[in-house]
Amino acid sequence: MGLLSKKDTKLITDPLADNNPITIQVLGICSALAITAQLKPSIVMAISVIFVMGVGNIVISLMRNIIPSKIRIIVQLIVVATLVIIVDQVLKAFAYSLSKELSVFIGLIITNCIIMGRFEAFALGNGVWRSFLDGVGNALGYGVILIIVGFFRELLGSGTLFGLKVLGDSVEKTGLYAYGYENNGFMVLPPMALIVVGIIIWIQRSRNKALIED
Amino acid sequence: MEHLELFFKSIFVDNMVFAYFLGMCSYLAVSKKVSTAVGLGAAVIFVLMITVPLNWLLDQYLLQEGALSWLGEEYASYDLSFLSFIMFIATIATMVQLVEIIVEKFSPSLYNSLGIFLPLIAVNCAILGGSLFMQSREIETLGLAFNYGISSGIGWFLAIIAIAAIREKIRYSAVPPALRGLGITFIITGLMAIGFMSFGGMLTGGDDAPKAEDKTAIIKNEIEKETEDATETVSLVVDLTK
Repeated sequence: MGLLSKKDTKLITDPLADNNPITIQVLGICSALAITAQLKPSIVMAISVIFVMGVGNIVISLMRNIIPSKIRIIVQLIVVATLVIIVDQVLKAFAYSLSKELSVFIGLIITNCIIMGRFEAFALGNGVWRSFLDGVGNALGYGVILIIVGFFRELLGSGTLFGLKVLGDSVEKTGLYAYGYENNGFMVLPPMALIVVGIIIWIQRSRNKALIED
Repeated sequence: MEHLELFFKSIFVDNMVFAYFLGMCSYLAVSKKVSTAVGLGAAVIFVLMITVPLNWLLDQYLLQEGALSWLGEEYASYDLSFLSFIMFIATIATMVQLVEIIVEKFSPSLYNSLGIFLPLIAVNCAILGGSLFMQSREIETLGLAFNYGISSGIGWFLAIIAIAAIREKIRYSAVPPALRGLGITFIITGLMAIGFMSFGGMLTGGDDAPKAEDKTAIIKNEIEKETEDATETVSLVVDLTK
């Protein structure tokens, strides 16, 4: 990549694996899990967070020298809230049923700890371009976990992907269902989101021993 | 009765942590010891108790469609609900700051136990989530909003204390190394959430009972109508045969 120096590339690739915001930094789980019962809302959520974090980091980084440090949390919250309102209105205009499905969880991007965490830890002390990359990188790391969880929960829970019946029809007993395969209805319920993330953490930490907590 | 139902429903059935994963970040970060968990839990109850009714008032008299009608006829058609995110979060952030100042002034001992957690709470999703759910579920009266704030706070409090107690004990167990810490906490929370799902049946009994009565009433009516029709036709037939 000619556009990005080695250090900048690291800003994007690090959060995807070894410094993942969800599995390692434990941030932003709040709004992440409830909407992963299907793949489509997971992807929409990931895109919304990428937008909010990228733009938010730019704005905060631009204002970093004029924000009084005592009220910086309120300023950050207002910036995020404005961006989230934009996302919410766009979703309402172009994908109304999806925005109904995501209900309050779009609003909860505001209090997504990844965003506040990155503002505090990075955007307040770094330049615009690097802050933007850091924001996009962390949001991508968040999105990757969301999409993995959404993929498995939809595939195993309802036998579909994006609503397409990839495993055959469970009512007419075609495809896999002809051989006696059954959907695991449990995967659709909220507790399984936690357990799937737990398993992702397990796999990731068994592969990279350096991440193990003592 | 309405109050009691909402109270138990928001503690057990719609538990903030187990049903909606709200406030997970602080839930996972501050649940290593029971004593700190109690502090944070109490602060969450406190702040929810104040912000949910406040945001309810804002929503009713400022943001909803037609909410501005108290200003005069020409304002009745305004719908400012798209501003609710920014209004809610601003209210929460200022309230948290205010509460911090007031508590520090009047009860230093409470401040010492809650103090560190109060600023954290402004960015706790459970607080904003409480207000947003209050709005989307269209809670009707100020009293119910107050009740909803307290009871969902208590639900969160219960959840964090339970996980903190389990995490204190689990230190003595042989957990697979890769699962230690975060991983096992996730899985335990998942199992606890499965347990809490069993509360789901707690309140449906009350809802179903009158419905069943309605159904039998409808069936009774239908039977009566049918018998009436039948007697009519019989009498008609009798008339005809005459």
